Amino acid sequence: MKLLTLNFLTCARRACKSSADAFPLHPRDVELEIVEAEPNPSFLSNILPRLEWPALVTLCAELGLPGLPGEAPEVAELTAGEDGKGGKLAEDLHRLLLETTVKEGALVCGSCGHEYRVKEGIANFLLPSHLV
Amino acid sequence: MSRPEDHLPPDLFYNDAESRKYTTSSRIQHIQSSMTHRALSLLSLSSPSLILDIGCGSGLSGSILSSVAPEDGGPHVWIGLDISESMLGVALEREVEGDLFLADAGQGVPFRPGTFDAAISISAVQWLCNAESSEESAQGRLTRFFNGLYASLRRGGRAVCQFYPRNEEQKRMVSSAAIRAGFGAGLLEDDPGTKSAKTYLVLTVGGGELAGDITGVVEGLDDVDVVDGRRGGGKVKRGERKGGKAWIIRKKEQMERKGKVVKPNSKYTGRKRKIAF
Repeated sequence: MKLLTLNFLTCARRACKSSADAFPLHPRDVELEIVEAEPNPSFLSNILPRLEWPALVTLCAELGLPGLPGEAPEVAELTAGEDGKGGKLAEDLHRLLLETTVKEGALVCGSCGHEYRVKEGIANFLLPSHLV
Repeated sequence: MSRPEDHLPPDLFYNDAESRKYTTSSRIQHIQSSMTHRALSLLSLSSPSLILDIGCGSGLSGSILSSVAPEDGGPHVWIGLDISESMLGVALEREVEGDLFLADAGQGVPFRPGTFDAAISISAVQWLCNAESSEESAQGRLTRFFNGLYASLRRGGRAVCQFYPRNEEQKRMVSSAAIRAGFGAGLLEDDPGTKSAKTYLVLTVGGGELAGDITGVVEGLDDVDVVDGRRGGGKVKRGERKGGKAWIIRKKEQMERKGKVVKPNSKYTGRKRKIAF
């Protein structure tokens, strides 16, 4: 599961819908993997305004990845640079969001403490009926 | 025509053997891909987007989404939900590019508001019309699914759900659940009345650049007849003032039809009383 997806994922329980702690989910004992992917600069600039930047910064801190700037970069910065591809910034974001994936581990809701297992990159979001 | 959802719940029906059969059958592959292309043309995405695939199965439609050419606005990034482990297992073997989730769409869509540009679902929504335990109902599952989907789409987003409705009643049940969630909903039918009829539920979220509902979506398409079944909102007939004679007579007729006892009409009906003093 890409880190990009993790930036949009919330707890599936209805009781957590109204809680601010249900997003972002916190990774626990995760194993990361780099999966090469084609760069897609126009997708990046499409998705950038929708990212929850503070959540991405906490996620990187929790995973022990190199620090991100505290402020979200502007879309214009992505298309800047001599070749219109934004140079290093676009490359780093592509690496972080689309190539870094969670392979094994668990995601924990900050509100209810429910643990979602991740196996071979597939997260299990099936809830037992008493939790729906 | 046999309907798999009559036999077993989806997580059990699509076991290892059935998933493999489904994915390798060239007939199903062909039907799936033509439906996905149809859905994509209804979504009319102009730039690489984040798409939710509900009931992604082995990623047949997903791999089409990732392979849209840059000049057609691709390639899109997609996230797939499916309830069948075996189907997802086949998707893993096929090394699809999207992220996969083992999840039941009838339990909701676990993404924060405004996540997706669009959503597609190929041959999946009819599975939501079955409740497998007494704790849940088909209505409840549909409601939770459409509420979750509505929230997770961005303003001006679209969703196209191809499904096989059992009958007219089920068609109505699904589309009314979508409308109650807030969508502008419409049904597009390809080859209606034939054995290969395909029903597409086209859902639009208000706001953004989109003009109107499904009638706006199909505007540029050829060979589409628009049948608008919506009732015009409470039109008042000409020459009828509320509380006037015509209005009173109409209301009395209405009550009579319901079986109420109504006073007969006379020349005094609807007249003002004279002031006594």
